[in-house]
Amino acid sequence: MVENRPYLTVISHLVVILGIVITVMPIWITFVASTHPIEHIMDGTIPMWPGDQFFENYATVLGAGIADAGGIPVGTMLFNSLVMALTIAVGKIAISLIAAFAIVYFDFPFRMACFWIIFITLMLPVEVRILPTFAVVANLGMLNSYIGLSLPLIASATATFLFRQFFLTVPEELAEAARIDGAGPLKFFKDILLPLSRTNVAALFVILFIYGWNQYLWPLLVTTDESFYTVVMGIQRMTQAAESLPLWHLVMATTMLAMLPPVIVVVVMQKLFVKGLVETEK
Amino acid sequence: MAELHLKGVQKIYQNGFHAIHGIDLDVADGEFIVLVGPSGCGKSTLLRMVAGLETISDGLVEIGGRPVNRLEPADRDIAMVFQNYALYPHMKVYDNMAYGLRNRGTPKDEIDRRVREAAGILELEPLLDRRPNQLSGGQRQRVAMGRAIVREPSVFLFDEPLSNLDAKLRVQMRVEIKRLQRRLAITSLYVTHDQVEAMTMADRLVVMNGGRAEQIGTPIELYDRPATTFVATFIGSPSMNLLEGTVAEGGTSVALVSGSSIGLPDPRPELAGRSVTLGVRPEHLTPTTDGSGMTLRLDLIEQLGADTLLHGHLDGDERRLVTVRLTGHFAPGQDAVQVAATNAVHLFDPQAGSRL
Repeated sequence: MVENRPYLTVISHLVVILGIVITVMPIWITFVASTHPIEHIMDGTIPMWPGDQFFENYATVLGAGIADAGGIPVGTMLFNSLVMALTIAVGKIAISLIAAFAIVYFDFPFRMACFWIIFITLMLPVEVRILPTFAVVANLGMLNSYIGLSLPLIASATATFLFRQFFLTVPEELAEAARIDGAGPLKFFKDILLPLSRTNVAALFVILFIYGWNQYLWPLLVTTDESFYTVVMGIQRMTQAAESLPLWHLVMATTMLAMLPPVIVVVVMQKLFVKGLVETEK
Repeated sequence: MAELHLKGVQKIYQNGFHAIHGIDLDVADGEFIVLVGPSGCGKSTLLRMVAGLETISDGLVEIGGRPVNRLEPADRDIAMVFQNYALYPHMKVYDNMAYGLRNRGTPKDEIDRRVREAAGILELEPLLDRRPNQLSGGQRQRVAMGRAIVREPSVFLFDEPLSNLDAKLRVQMRVEIKRLQRRLAITSLYVTHDQVEAMTMADRLVVMNGGRAEQIGTPIELYDRPATTFVATFIGSPSMNLLEGTVAEGGTSVALVSGSSIGLPDPRPELAGRSVTLGVRPEHLTPTTDGSGMTLRLDLIEQLGADTLLHGHLDGDERRLVTVRLTGHFAPGQDAVQVAATNAVHLFDPQAGSRL
């Protein structure tokens, strides 16, 4: 639609700018707060411009941590979060790809039953099955471990379903041509199906990485050892410092750091991500 | 280079559908066989059974004297060209062609030699670094051919390879495929529903209908002596006219329902008094000027330039449509012409449809 209406242009720009301000404002305040000493924040007025404590505050949270919240350096928590998010994202994609491959390309007994069982788990949110899951993980002695953090979240009905739908759109002749070309099922999977799923994998990776990174309830339940705290739940602990005011400037610095990895993942994979969501050509 | 033999080949699907009712076919080395028939006749299924993509319910398929019923497609020494080409979208043209050879563990320099040779034959050299989505339909078709050629198979299998091309390109590729097949002298099995494609390309044709081979023969045999009314109407365009009638005393002519009669070139006294279906091709009906022959009431005239098609019905028989093909132009403005059959008429059993 090509129109030339100046008022419309002005209004639409105003709306966009307003939207941006609303979205960016909290992040800006978080950033500003993370660069001030605690007194500036506690005196009742919220500063609007960055202070001079940027390096000091970030060095404190990254290196030493906050004593009242267990004194774990944010660096450790970031690392824990990263391990958890990566394990979940990579694991989910790997398992879903293989599961979808089996369901679409192999004719085994109860194939559709398997698919529907996987599909039904889509309807249950994590929270509903969190108690039995916790019991299982506890019985297996996986509390306070990376396996305990990631394994229960690793199976994904959504990703399996998405890959199944994608595989169904791959022309059957491609599989037949590969068979004639002497490629067995695994070779077909590796040489043809995986490269074709590249953009879908990238899109899912972004979504699943953020999903894993933002896990809150589960890490809260299975970790009691501070060295396995993840950053998202760690922030919550910081704000609940006993018998003292929360050190807001440090909490804010931690928050900024916690936001960074998902942002990097999105920025780096943006092109592939968008392609994966819109591409139709096979 | 190999012969291909099918012996009593049958296909019964798990749901009980009998797709192929026992086909026997012997293909000589280097022969070009076209399987032709309407959609659903089982021609593609038969091809896929030879390829190994469908299981063989009963019967035997032999390639080069070796039974292949239980072999994987890759081990049957065949190459197949698919209707939608089935090129690997993420691979360059070169890799598309080389993939099968790599899987077989062919040495690198041998792969390179074969791919470049095939690319040379098909004029694909400038395209080797492109991906399939950067190619036109005709070029993709060539790559699909190239992928088949580099394997140097015993048998080529084509599954309607030209049906995704536009009409002009189709004619051009038809000639190219035929020329290529002659040059490489590789036994070929080619599926199409287009009878012109079938007639022009085939050394021998297999006309299929309802999972059976109605007739197997050279294009001219099928045109001159169709074994059934199905073959008679399927081969040739426009279709053969079929008229009902009774063989007259002495077997020298057939009295048609319309009241007129058509003489038989070879008298058939043994058929005297029998009701028959008489077939005559549109090009074997000619107008007469001396008042003899049958009166054709015209409904529609199609001017094709080189020839003219007259559609109508015979005076006295409103039910059967009759088509006449004339060479040259036809003066419009007439609503009836007198036509007579030349010597090429066919007699069929009205119930069984088989040739008498």
